[in-house]
Amino acid sequence: MTMITQPDVLALWKELESRVAAGDRFAGLFAARAADHNPVTLSAHLATAGDVDTLEVTLPLGATGYPALTPRVGAAFWYERVIHDQFGLVPEGHPRLAPLLLPGDPLPRHVEGYGMFTIPHGPVRSGVMESIEYLVETPGEAIPHLNMRVFYKHRGVESRFTGLSMPDGVLLAERAEGIASVAHALAFCHAAERVAGCEVPPAAGLVRVLHAELERIANHLDVAVRLADAAGLAVATARLALHKERVMRLVSRMCGSRFGRGVVVPGGVTALPRLSPADLRAEFDKLATQVTAEAAALMATSSFLDRLRGTGPLTPERARTHKALGPIGKAAGFADDNRLTRPYDAYPDLAVPPARAHAAGDAMARLRVRWEEVDSSFGLLRLATDQLAERAGDQLRAWCEPADGRALGWAEAPQGEVLYDLSLAGGRIARCHPRSASFHNLVLMHEVFAGDILTDFPFIEASFGLSVAGVAL
Amino acid sequence: MSIWVLRGLRDGVVTTRWPARPDAYADAWRGAARPLEQSERLTDITDLCPTGAITVTDGTVRVDQGRCILCGRCVAERPGVFAWSQGATGPAALTREQLIIPELLETDAAIQAACAQLAVKTRALHRSVHVRHVDAGSDGSEEWEIQALLGPVYDIHRLGVFITASPRHADVLLVTGAGSRGMSGPLRTTYDGMPDPKVVIAVGTDAVSGGLLRDSDQTTGGVSATVPVDIWLAGSPPSPFGILNALLIAVGYLTPEGRRSR
Repeated sequence: MTMITQPDVLALWKELESRVAAGDRFAGLFAARAADHNPVTLSAHLATAGDVDTLEVTLPLGATGYPALTPRVGAAFWYERVIHDQFGLVPEGHPRLAPLLLPGDPLPRHVEGYGMFTIPHGPVRSGVMESIEYLVETPGEAIPHLNMRVFYKHRGVESRFTGLSMPDGVLLAERAEGIASVAHALAFCHAAERVAGCEVPPAAGLVRVLHAELERIANHLDVAVRLADAAGLAVATARLALHKERVMRLVSRMCGSRFGRGVVVPGGVTALPRLSPADLRAEFDKLATQVTAEAAALMATSSFLDRLRGTGPLTPERARTHKALGPIGKAAGFADDNRLTRPYDAYPDLAVPPARAHAAGDAMARLRVRWEEVDSSFGLLRLATDQLAERAGDQLRAWCEPADGRALGWAEAPQGEVLYDLSLAGGRIARCHPRSASFHNLVLMHEVFAGDILTDFPFIEASFGLSVAGVAL
Repeated sequence: MSIWVLRGLRDGVVTTRWPARPDAYADAWRGAARPLEQSERLTDITDLCPTGAITVTDGTVRVDQGRCILCGRCVAERPGVFAWSQGATGPAALTREQLIIPELLETDAAIQAACAQLAVKTRALHRSVHVRHVDAGSDGSEEWEIQALLGPVYDIHRLGVFITASPRHADVLLVTGAGSRGMSGPLRTTYDGMPDPKVVIAVGTDAVSGGLLRDSDQTTGGVSATVPVDIWLAGSPPSPFGILNALLIAVGYLTPEGRRSR
């Protein structure tokens, strides 16, 4: 991690803009204050080839605002609204400064015209869903504009990290975005391990990969379940839900938790899977056969595919400028998979296959990307199990000496990159800023309704596959 | 379309027979931590727990399972004092105090009162209920476990339990999450919109006590600050069997002790 400090905000933004133009990926903008009455520091993170750099500027004491980054780098749109919520700082020139994590009056309707009205959808929605409010502006069928209000679920996770010990920090990270528990625990631990300078034993790296890939498969199956359900395919919904349950049961037989919690700890993992490598291999083979066959049947059901084709398209141009993470980016031709570009744990030795090129950016392409990822996940699971069998009796946990310092940690969740900016002091967490792929990507929902109508909404939402918990931390 | 007819028959019946028959997966479930009978020299054990679930009074070690997030630290560090509880159906309780193991003596009367109060409601529900779910700041995992109940493995429809969109049609309210401040209003509105009698189930340790987010200023530390809770279900997240068990207690099919009621 390279730390670059600039004396004033504009100079920093200029540098950031030129580096983004040169190909670095804008990965987040956070604000922090060491203590009350201290000046606020803005940290922008740039993902480079192989690492993530941090650009910093400290605002003058008592500053009430700063020139906004959003007009220069559009992806900072929500990040700056969060900074406004947390510190009351006004990013001057921000196009739409309204509270994001805190309640605020609903914004006035964006599109005016004859017969236009707003359908408030949420926060309590039909079915079993996480709480979020969509304000759908519509003349009846088309959706010219969509507003989102995500504050309902804001739990104050970020401030809760402060003062926790490292082991407690992992527990909270696992519960930041529950459906990506392993990825969040990994990103947190990678940051903690970088601060301490400790090496994760190879066997532990393999166990981590097993859990991370099973989590990916479960999440992608969940998306497929929701898509099939939206299309009213009762048998497909049930079959895919059955496979998802099988994956979760396998995870619980491996570690006791259906979400892989309690496995990843700073320095390694707590234990080996309770199933032998041979049993695991057999389970993975069985699952892979079942899931692959089901996916093939689903992708041959024309009434289903008709609903996905051309639905909710994200243009490759937008995916590239916003640096859309995970399957959403990959489906629109922008692929930056941390397992490949900034590999961690056992991934450098496992040869993650690069994503196939897609450009359509629609719900169909997103589902295709997910099936391809499921395929490669099964491949990685088999490889990792075989390697683990050769490492029986190896050490699983390195001693992670508590140290002071700051580091970034990342992991590729099923939704895309999870990034943790962690500062430790005196063996405790001084500050921890988690950023999920859900937060970075959800804002793109604003822009994918070109030509789509109300009945496409569930498909578009499901195909994004994001978790609201990870947005409104 | 015909491919789906054949695929649907492929695995035969995958649905659990529970609660009519025992289920191996439910029985093997690792639940919240519990204290063992014997207690050695007790120092520092209350600091073990990240959520403060462990207390020691007069030499008796108690675990508040309503705060337990199943991290297992106490079991790993002090195996002589703590152990996992076994089985997916617990811990579900009718009073908050009942989740404290071993039981406090003075809670007996309160439990009797809660049982009687719930019995009045369940009699009126006639064993078939519509359920409304509200997420009050969960981490997203509880939603997955409730959704699992709609799948072929648990299939709550066979037990006369259905998910409904409208609170006006709902008899049971499943609440997840630590009680985020933003959801207090919508949660209360949903509760008020339900007809009487209504049963509220707090699903998960977060909903029961706030879990790790109990002290966050953005949560109310559990959902009972907003709605009156009838059934408390701990777990982080609870197993689908645990949620199913709580639902069956709500309809009066099972007693809180796990017996089949008539």
